[in-house]
Amino acid sequence: MTINGASSEILLKVEDVSLAFGGIKALDSVSFDTRKGEILAIIGPNGAGKSSMLNVINGFYHPQQGTITYKGQTRKQMRPYQAASQGIARTFQNIALFKGMSTLDNIMTGRNLKMKTNLFWQALYIGPARAEELKNREAVEKIIDFLDIQAIRQKAVGKLPYGLQKRVELGRALAAEPDLLLLDEPMAGMNSEEKEDMSRFIIDVNMEYGTTIILIEHDMSVVMDISDRVVVLDYGRHIADGEPHEIRANKEVIDAYLGVSHE
Amino acid sequence: MSDSDKQQDLDTFPKLLQHNATRFANVPSIREKEYGIWQTWTWAEAAEEIKAFANGLATHGFGRGDKLFIIGSNRPRMYWAMCAAQSLGGIPVPTYQDAVVEELTYVVDHAEVKYAIAEDQEQVDKLLQVNELGASIEMIIYDDSRGLGDYDAEYIFSFENIQASGVEFCNKSPTFFEDQIALGSGDDVAVLLYTSGTTGQPKGVILSHAGLIFGSERVATLESLTEKDSVMAYLPMAWVVDHFLCYTLAYCAAYCVCCPENQDTLLQDKKEIGPSFHFTSPRVLEAQRTDILTRMEDAAGIKRKLFNYFIDHASRVGISIHSGEKVSLIDRLLYFLGEIYAYGPLRNNLGYSKTRITWTAGEAIGPDMFDFYRSIGINLKQVYGQTEAGPFLTAHQSGGVRSDTVGVPLADVDVKIDEHGEVIFRSPGAFREYYKDPEATRKSKNADGWILTGDAGLFDHDGQLKIIDRIKDVGTMSNGSLFAPKFIENKLKFFAHILEVVTFGDQRDRVTALINIDLVAVGSWAERRNIAYASYQDLASRPEVYSMVQESIEQVNIDLSRDESLANSQITRFVILHKELDADDGELTRTRKVRRRIIHERYAELIEALYNPEISRIQVETDVVFEDGRKGIISGNLKIRDVKIFQTTQKTG
Repeated sequence: MTINGASSEILLKVEDVSLAFGGIKALDSVSFDTRKGEILAIIGPNGAGKSSMLNVINGFYHPQQGTITYKGQTRKQMRPYQAASQGIARTFQNIALFKGMSTLDNIMTGRNLKMKTNLFWQALYIGPARAEELKNREAVEKIIDFLDIQAIRQKAVGKLPYGLQKRVELGRALAAEPDLLLLDEPMAGMNSEEKEDMSRFIIDVNMEYGTTIILIEHDMSVVMDISDRVVVLDYGRHIADGEPHEIRANKEVIDAYLGVSHE
Repeated sequence: MSDSDKQQDLDTFPKLLQHNATRFANVPSIREKEYGIWQTWTWAEAAEEIKAFANGLATHGFGRGDKLFIIGSNRPRMYWAMCAAQSLGGIPVPTYQDAVVEELTYVVDHAEVKYAIAEDQEQVDKLLQVNELGASIEMIIYDDSRGLGDYDAEYIFSFENIQASGVEFCNKSPTFFEDQIALGSGDDVAVLLYTSGTTGQPKGVILSHAGLIFGSERVATLESLTEKDSVMAYLPMAWVVDHFLCYTLAYCAAYCVCCPENQDTLLQDKKEIGPSFHFTSPRVLEAQRTDILTRMEDAAGIKRKLFNYFIDHASRVGISIHSGEKVSLIDRLLYFLGEIYAYGPLRNNLGYSKTRITWTAGEAIGPDMFDFYRSIGINLKQVYGQTEAGPFLTAHQSGGVRSDTVGVPLADVDVKIDEHGEVIFRSPGAFREYYKDPEATRKSKNADGWILTGDAGLFDHDGQLKIIDRIKDVGTMSNGSLFAPKFIENKLKFFAHILEVVTFGDQRDRVTALINIDLVAVGSWAERRNIAYASYQDLASRPEVYSMVQESIEQVNIDLSRDESLANSQITRFVILHKELDADDGELTRTRKVRRRIIHERYAELIEALYNPEISRIQVETDVVFEDGRKGIISGNLKIRDVKIFQTTQKTG
């Protein structure tokens, strides 16, 4: 895979971050950075702290130690809504959609932060609220087209197959027009065809919109195929980072995670 | 303007475009659903788009005789590209979008393609691979730019890019486009369509502007199609039927072509548009009917009862009402209630709420299914034709619709049956030749210049054509009469409980049949009757099942006896096979077509027994391959039963 328009500009810098739940150290002084426009994969065995890392980045967990620099601003603590308003969107390991709502409405909720009119106008659906709704609907339709989910536009999300729900969730994250997209196991539980589709979409998002993507994934062939760089965590420690071919050859990574064939 | 003047002036599709852009400037010519909204282009707007694109092509050297390869799904720009190529005297070559690289390479080489328009990245990638295999496409134009951002720009252009250079060119040579159109004549080649040959390489069929306009005008008149009509564009663009419905006929009748968002949304999009003219295949109709009936099985009791009552009522009086026959007031009233409760909503759900005419072709259609759709008010008609005929030869006339015929010849088209029983035709709409294949062209015609269809058929007493089989599958019985196995087998397969039939009769004095029952249908029938069975073999040997099959065969025999030339093909004896015919055993092809030669070999003994009146039971052993690859033997003691045959009924009226 080529480096998809990744520049040397650093979008997100994680420095010396430690996070503990009681006596359990989820993250142990982890440092890495993410360049603008790249696809960065975080890999590691179960319990390595991958999801915790994403939760720290989008402000859901507050690390006891260390700093995060995003778009040049260093901060110690941030709330999820602040992260969202600064252009960080994410999807979840277990799908977190509104099951009873349609695909269209679910993606529309991703536009929430883009809406400026107040509840009063929105309830009446007149004047500026109407114009705004139309503008946002257009943006949502472009995402539906992009993800090729026109056929399920009006279907309740809860009735959709798993692979499609994942796609809808990606759509909702995209609706916020993020600069940084965090994907927590976007391909978990998918068959190989669905994985291929999802990989294609992730690459397309990165290329078309120039979105920086940090993703957690267990399928090594996918990770090696689509990511520009890989960060490896093990028991909360950062053990390696580099381009996929470097990671594949890294002895420590092989011992901790990839495994070796014993002769 | 008199008719003859009109003929002379409007003898190509680009000229028809100009004509429509003037007389129907504000009438919709094409719609496409995009971003969830139907976008519309009027004839005047479409003409502008086509002009810009044609001028753009010209700046890149596209000229008379050049081919424009078209690959992608039904999008307005793909259709515009056809007309743009024709405006410059070029020839569009639409291709099946799911064709693999090897197939494309053959066509690109054979048609000497230099210019191509592709829908999206997927198709562009395929064309690039075709070039890697040694073809020489000099220019690729794409419609959807997604994912194509970082492609080598040297010979890949976007549609907009070509149009932009066209607009610029037009400022310098404002009348170039119109001048080029004026150069065209009806004898020019309009389109090159490759037929998917079942044997060997595909053949390129050359159709002329005049020929296609002839066919389109006959159909427009027959079905009174005007600019107020509309049609869904969803069939493969390379298929002559799509080319005819969404391009040639659309230009002649000036009706609106509607492109769905994508294949998955087709049903929903069709429901929104409600096209007034529609083409569908028996396979789709069958699938939809099964879907409706099974879903109604799951509906609440009262709904199901009402639905069944009204569908039953429709099957008794629906067709009579729609064909204007005398029906009692009470029945009409009940039908009216049914219309409100069942038929109307059903049609609406299937996207037929505004459909005046529905055409179907391609395969035999069961009478049950045909009547089901007609009785709920869908005006289903059968047509017959082939690419070489440009494309239609016969169609049902209003008032003469039957499930077992394909109608009467279109005006000014000659169709007859030759001495071998083959359907042959002469028509001004017929193809000119196979591209670069004089040998095949010569073979396609008989000594008197009639074109051979390869189909066996016959005309019945009221002049309607019946298609029986492919001529190569038709045999002769020892008394000299015609034996058309597939025709008889299809009639039997329309019964739900019969899955597969193989008939024998070639070079024999009578016809016999080998039957496979449908385990699902017969199984549930047996359950309802408390008939216990252990396996397929067990069920197949039950006397009750034998009796049911015998009844069906007798019905078919009555049907066959009505036709003098087929009366000798009545089935005299049959056996229900102890195993299902299976592709794993080589008895069927993977697409479930019967392999006659193999069956003749494997069941030789059984077939002989069918012709030996002294044998009524026979022990049969057959090798089988199980799903996991193991081999085994299934044996059974099979009964052979005689069936009643009927005297030829004299023609009446």
